[in-house]
Order: sequence, then C-alpha cells, then structure tokens
Amino acid sequence: MMKTLIGRALRGFSAAAIVAMPLTAIANLVSASAASAAEKIVISNWDGYMPKDLLANFTKETGIEAEMSVHATNEEIMGKVTANGGQGYDVLFVSSPFAEALHKLDLIAPIDAAKVPNLANLYAQAKELPYDPGNSFSVPYTWGTTGLCYRSDLVKTEPTSWMDLLQPSADLKGKITMLATDRWLMAAGLKALGYSVNDTNEADVAKAKELLISAKKNLLAYDDTTFYSKLVSGEASLVQAWDGWCNYGITDNKAIKFVVPKEGSDMWVDTMVVTAASEHKDAALAFINYILKADVHESVAELTLYKVPNEKAMAGLDKTLVDTYPNLGMAPADLVKQEQLRDLGKEMKLYSKTVTEITASN
Amino acid sequence: MVLSRRAVMLAPGLGWLALLLVIPCGIIFVHSFFERGIYGGIDYVFTLENYRRAIDPLYLRIFLASVRIALTATAIALLLGYPAAYFIALQAKRRQMPLLILIMLPFWSNYLIRTYAWIVLLNREGLINRGLIDLGVIDTPLSLLYNDFAVITGLVYGYVPFMILALYSSISKLGPDLREASTDLGAGAWRTFLRITLPLTLPGIAAGCIFVFVLSIGNFVTPDLLGGKQRAMLGNLIYGQFLTARDWPFGAALAFILIAIMMLLLSAQAWLVNREREIAP
Repeated sequence: MMKTLIGRALRGFSAAAIVAMPLTAIANLVSASAASAAEKIVISNWDGYMPKDLLANFTKETGIEAEMSVHATNEEIMGKVTANGGQGYDVLFVSSPFAEALHKLDLIAPIDAAKVPNLANLYAQAKELPYDPGNSFSVPYTWGTTGLCYRSDLVKTEPTSWMDLLQPSADLKGKITMLATDRWLMAAGLKALGYSVNDTNEADVAKAKELLISAKKNLLAYDDTTFYSKLVSGEASLVQAWDGWCNYGITDNKAIKFVVPKEGSDMWVDTMVVTAASEHKDAALAFINYILKADVHESVAELTLYKVPNEKAMAGLDKTLVDTYPNLGMAPADLVKQEQLRDLGKEMKLYSKTVTEITASN
Repeated sequence: MVLSRRAVMLAPGLGWLALLLVIPCGIIFVHSFFERGIYGGIDYVFTLENYRRAIDPLYLRIFLASVRIALTATAIALLLGYPAAYFIALQAKRRQMPLLILIMLPFWSNYLIRTYAWIVLLNREGLINRGLIDLGVIDTPLSLLYNDFAVITGLVYGYVPFMILALYSSISKLGPDLREASTDLGAGAWRTFLRITLPLTLPGIAAGCIFVFVLSIGNFVTPDLLGGKQRAMLGNLIYGQFLTARDWPFGAALAFILIAIMMLLLSAQAWLVNREREIAP
C-alpha cells in the first residue's frame, strides 16, 4: 500500500521535475549518467598480488567499474605498453625501475596528489624514494628486500653474509638456489664484493661475474618461482629469496628464517602508475587512493605477506602475523638503508650479457 | 576452370600460412636488422650488428651445447623408439591402432604438467630417490634433477612418440615378403635386420631423428624446469632476449638463425619422405 503511494508520488514528482527543467539541464543529466556508466578502468597486476574481492569492494564504494588484467613479468607489461603507448590500460603495477623507465618514455601520467588524499597514510620514507621523491609519477604498493632464506634446522651455522651463499660450507654444497632474474643474480655478486647493485663499471661487473660463475657449481638450481617449496621439501637448505616469498615458506615450515646479509642488499619497490593514455585518470587515481586506505592496504599485506609502505595499514596489522613472519616488522628506516634498484637504461645490455655468460658457463 | 577450383580450395590454407607463418617470420627477419630500443622495442636504424653478435664465442658455445643435448636426446629416442615401432608394426593390423593410440596418449595432457611430473620423480626427496633409499640401494640421494641428465630425460620422454610414429610408418610399409625371402635364402634374423630392414627404413629413421632434433633444440621449458636454468639452450637464450634482456632485434636474429636451421632440416626430411614414396610405392 505504502509502496504504491510512494511510487505514485515519486513518478509524479519526476514528471513535474522534468517538465520544469530547462532542456540543457536534462542534456547534462543524461550525459553525466552516461559518463558514469562508462567509467570503467583496466588494471594490470601480477596474478594473486591483490585480494580477490578488492575490485568488487572498490566498485561498491566508488561506483567505478574495474577490470583486472594479469601480467607475469615487468617485461611483459612493459612490452605491451611500449608497443601501443599504453592504450587500454589505466593503472599498472610495475617494479620501480620500470616505473622510472615508463616515466622517461612519457608513457605515464603525473600523480595529482590532491586527488589521492590517502597518500598521507604513507610512511615518510615512502614519500621520499630516490627514484621518485614526492611520488610525482608513482605510488608505492609494496616494498621489501632480498636476502637469505634458510632452514635453521638444516644449516650448521646460520648464514649472515652473501659469501655464505656464494662460497658455501661443505654441508650446503648442492643445496642452494639463487634467483636467475638478471638484477638480483648480479646483486648477490656485486653486494658480496662491496659494490653497488647499480654498478655499471665493467671491471666491477666482471669481478662479480667471476664470483657468480664460481658459485654456480655449488647450486642445486637457479629458481625464481619455487625456491620456497624447495626449502620446505628439504631439497634446498639455503636460498636467495625475496622477503615476502620467504614468508610463504615460513607458512609451511616454522624452521625457515630470513636474514638480510651484513653487506647489505637491494631495496625493491612495486609501484602503481597511471598510464598517460588513460581516458579515466580521475577514476584511476581514485583506485590508487582506495588501495592506500588503511584497511585495504592492510588486507594486501595480509594476503601477499609483503610489507606495505603504509604506516596506518602496518599499524593495524595483526601482531601474531609479525611474530610468525618477523621480517614484516622490519622498520622502514632499516629498509631504506638498503640500496634502491635503479633503472640502468642502455647499460642494461652489460648486465644481460653478463648474466648470459654466467648461465652459459659450465 | 580446374585451376580456379584449385585456387579456391587452396586459398584458406595458403591464407592461413601467409597470415600466421610467412608474415610473422618476415617481421622477425626485418626486425633482426634494426637496433634495440633502450627500453625494449625497436629503433629503426639499419644494422648487421645482431648477426655479428650471434657468432660471438659466447653464443656459439650455447649453440654447440644445444646441438649436443638435442643430438643426445635424438640418439636415445631412436634407440628406444626403433624396437617399439618395430614391435607395433609386426602386430596384427587390428592390434596396431590401440598400440599407436597408447603412444599418443601422453599428448592428451599438457607438456608443462608432464614436465613438472618429472620434478616430482627426480628430485632429491622425490619418488625415485626415496624408493631407492627405502630399498637400501643407496644411502644418500642421487643428483638426478637440475642437470643435463634431467634435461635429456625430459626431451626424450616428450618427443619419443614422434620418433615411434615416424619409424612405424616406415617399418609398416615393408611388409613381411622381403624378410621372408631373406630368411629363405639363409640369412639369420640379425643379418636380415641389418641388410634388409634397416637400410629400407633409413628414410623413417631420418624423418624421426629430424623431428626430435628440431623440437629439442628449440625447447626452452625443459632446460628451465628440469635443468634448473643452469644449462642455457638456444631456446632459453632467445626467450631471455625478448623477456628479460629487452633486446628484441638480437632475439629476432637468433630466432631467425634457428628458423633457418629448422627449415633446412625439415626440407631434408621432406625430400627423404618423398624419396621413400618413390622407392616403395
């Protein structure tokens, strides 16, 4: 009864309103609703790097539709974006050297801080990252470091140095894996010798190469994707690992531990950027702003077991999670002491050739 | 009239080949003469540098290692495949088809999954090592995985069906007459095989070997997964140029060299098959 009355009243009202409205206003109304219906952004991220319900919740909160596309590697999305100027994508998740490269190529848009108020939630260190101080073209999503991940019950002495990986004690020979991705493979050799992870001096790189070739004979395998399961099965005792992926191992075996070698390591940042070709830049920034909300970013940390650069999110993190995965508790001040990976531009060729020489050696 | 009907019937197939094979290979060929863009992609400046680089000793070493591994896999596949093909060809006709289907059965599941299955078998904590330790045959696990042995095992396993099929088609054409004649004239089984069967199935052997060799030398999944990335093969090198080194023109030059080698070998194979048809109508 009530329903029909209200319905009738509303119908009457809207009819009256439309009649009373000037034609231009109606035109505006129609075009505005058409625009919001077409407001749909396309996001490209690594598979499983974002909570499953995040996009649906974002749409519920903002009314903006979001579609997910997946890339397996930085190089893959980089290839797609350089091929067509980034059309068809609005937000990309890429590691910081790639954000830097995309910025140099003018393929990404500036971040309008006024439209991303939740940038305030970030740690001070996350606002002054050397590759992009002031978050002018990229917003950090997760950050962390690379180090040694090991079975404390299988190693005789706990590793503390890159040399424990590269020149292992007899009991570890054949029970070690290293990352094969060029930057991180080189980083192990460069850091062990006290060089920068961005060193492009040919003599330094050659010395690191010799060390890495000599280390190869003690390896079980190079492994970028399943090293933590090799630790869990006991095939490997010591692996070079990203902090978050070491945590995946800890989930299955509490004897697994993570340590940053005393010589220091790299610091990596995965970032969110908006493509220059995006036709929905405001919606894209709204998405980034949504990610930076304390509870949303916290859910990212809980899923990925990576540290997020969001002070409010990390403050809300369950304490037992930090007890189980101690490196989640690494302070930003300690993290930024590690050396940031930078884009090497054309010097990348030297690294690629060196890595090929290492993998082709016997 | 006849000509135009033939043209109509050939058009879809030729169009398919042109669109999906000739044009992409052409693009690869053209790109191999340009310079690399700093961030991947191509700078359209003509250069022969990519081909000059391909004969650098470093890449030649990878090439030779790939040839060695592919040849070893081919030889083992031949030794395993010949008796199997021979056995199938000697069966009653109605039993041959089920046996051939069994040979092809592995293709029903994905190559990647089958390769992962070898990791489960070969790893240090895997079924084979655990089994041997439990039986008391060995005390410490054998290194079966992440070496050339594992790569060759994976390649032989993956491609031996092609060898068997090629050999089967050659052996089954022989028929029992020649063998019977040879036996009637006093030759023993071994001599009959060496003097009659083997020479007459040589085209099938060549066809099977070229199949396995071509598939092996371009493979990059098996060295990656079973070799633990410690043995770079030509396929891995090309893959790396496109996906990590951001050097598409050099990758294109390497890919084109590989395509050229494969085309030569496959033409040789086609020629052998044609000759076989002429010999045994």
